[in-house]
Amino acid sequence: MRNIIAFPLLGLAVILQTSVIGRINLISGYADLPLILLAAWALQERVKSSWHWTATICLMIGFVSAMPWPVVVVGYFGVVFVAQLLQKRIWQAPLLAMFSVVFVGTLFMHLLSFAVLRISGTPFLFSDVMGLITLPSLLLNMLFSIPIYTFIRDLAVWVYPEEQYE
Amino acid sequence: MNSRSLQTTIIFLVVGGILALSLGGFFGTASRQVGSVLIEIQTWFSSRFIGLQDFITAPRDIVSLRTRNTELEAQVSQLQTQVIELQQRVNETEILAALVNFSRSNPESTYKAAAVIGRDPSPFLHYIIINRGSNDDIQRGMPVVTNQGLVGRIDAVIADAARVQLITDPASSINVYLQNAETNAVALGSVTGDVSLDMISQNTVVESGDLILTSGLGGGYPSDLIIGQVVTLRTLEYELFQEATVQLALDFSRLNIVLVITNFRPVNITPLEPLPSP
Repeated sequence: MRNIIAFPLLGLAVILQTSVIGRINLISGYADLPLILLAAWALQERVKSSWHWTATICLMIGFVSAMPWPVVVVGYFGVVFVAQLLQKRIWQAPLLAMFSVVFVGTLFMHLLSFAVLRISGTPFLFSDVMGLITLPSLLLNMLFSIPIYTFIRDLAVWVYPEEQYE
Repeated sequence: MNSRSLQTTIIFLVVGGILALSLGGFFGTASRQVGSVLIEIQTWFSSRFIGLQDFITAPRDIVSLRTRNTELEAQVSQLQTQVIELQQRVNETEILAALVNFSRSNPESTYKAAAVIGRDPSPFLHYIIINRGSNDDIQRGMPVVTNQGLVGRIDAVIADAARVQLITDPASSINVYLQNAETNAVALGSVTGDVSLDMISQNTVVESGDLILTSGLGGGYPSDLIIGQVVTLRTLEYELFQEATVQLALDFSRLNIVLVITNFRPVNITPLEPLPSP
């Protein structure tokens, strides 16, 4: 039942992303708060299923952003998929797993965005995208990863208390 | 009159006379010396008394001073908050006044002011979100401006909000007119948020500082909206057209309030475009 916290939390994340994070830019890139939240949530050992959160965030971002729907859906579900793969393998080093997921997830999301926008006719240069958007965004995502992971870990403990977990 | 009352009368007369003479300035030096001695004595007593009073009442005063200090600090912080709020309002008012002036100087269009409440979550796209939607008669395709120039156009609308594609978006292309050179070109957005000009004829002489306005061709935007100025021109002999970099008239990172031109309907010229030959 406590899982319902997803709606206000993810709603707040989208609001923060559009109103605050989008203005804190490094060159032309900025952090992707929903992506980091999803990665951190999917990496929690207590969390049984993060697909509901992913679907919710896809719905919200797809509604707000001008980015084509497939990019948002495939991108965020891809990030969660990677997170769940890693969670089973390197769960003993959670922060390392978090960095890995954010790194791979950001690259995947940006490559997907680049490919789809390029196919749809937007004149992008790969070198420009990498240098001006992807690498700065990657750095910012990494910086935001640590506090968000800590917050989400505590949230997971609250959503899935010990007795329920065992 | 008995001797006692006579004595009293004489004393009063003598004292009154002395007072009258001293007030008249006849005892100047003597009265000054007496006065200064008296004042020094008065000062000595007064200062000792104040010192003693301070010593006795000091603890009570520190407590009351601390309380007062706390109150004043709270008041100062409250006033600082008010100053910040008022400063924000002044800034907002200045922007609104400029927009009102702009709308008055362009009476052929009708405007609706909107606040910028967000940006697109993806760094690949240059879109903003405004707090006016279909409830305010905002429709897709309407141009968005400020007093400084063109911002973009409405891309999507919901009841109380709309998404605006900025002219800096990489997918944006606008037909423009170079005022001094008297030629048409196309303004293209980019990943970095800069705008460049393309499709400038090789025969055209374009100079730095030439004003760039919307041409109205294509029906997507009204004509004569300011975009910026030409900064540098790139001419290569083997290319069909010249290119130019643009100094935008507007700082897109500081967009707070914009105007939507509500009486402009974009023209869809797609049916008129020639089909590609098989």
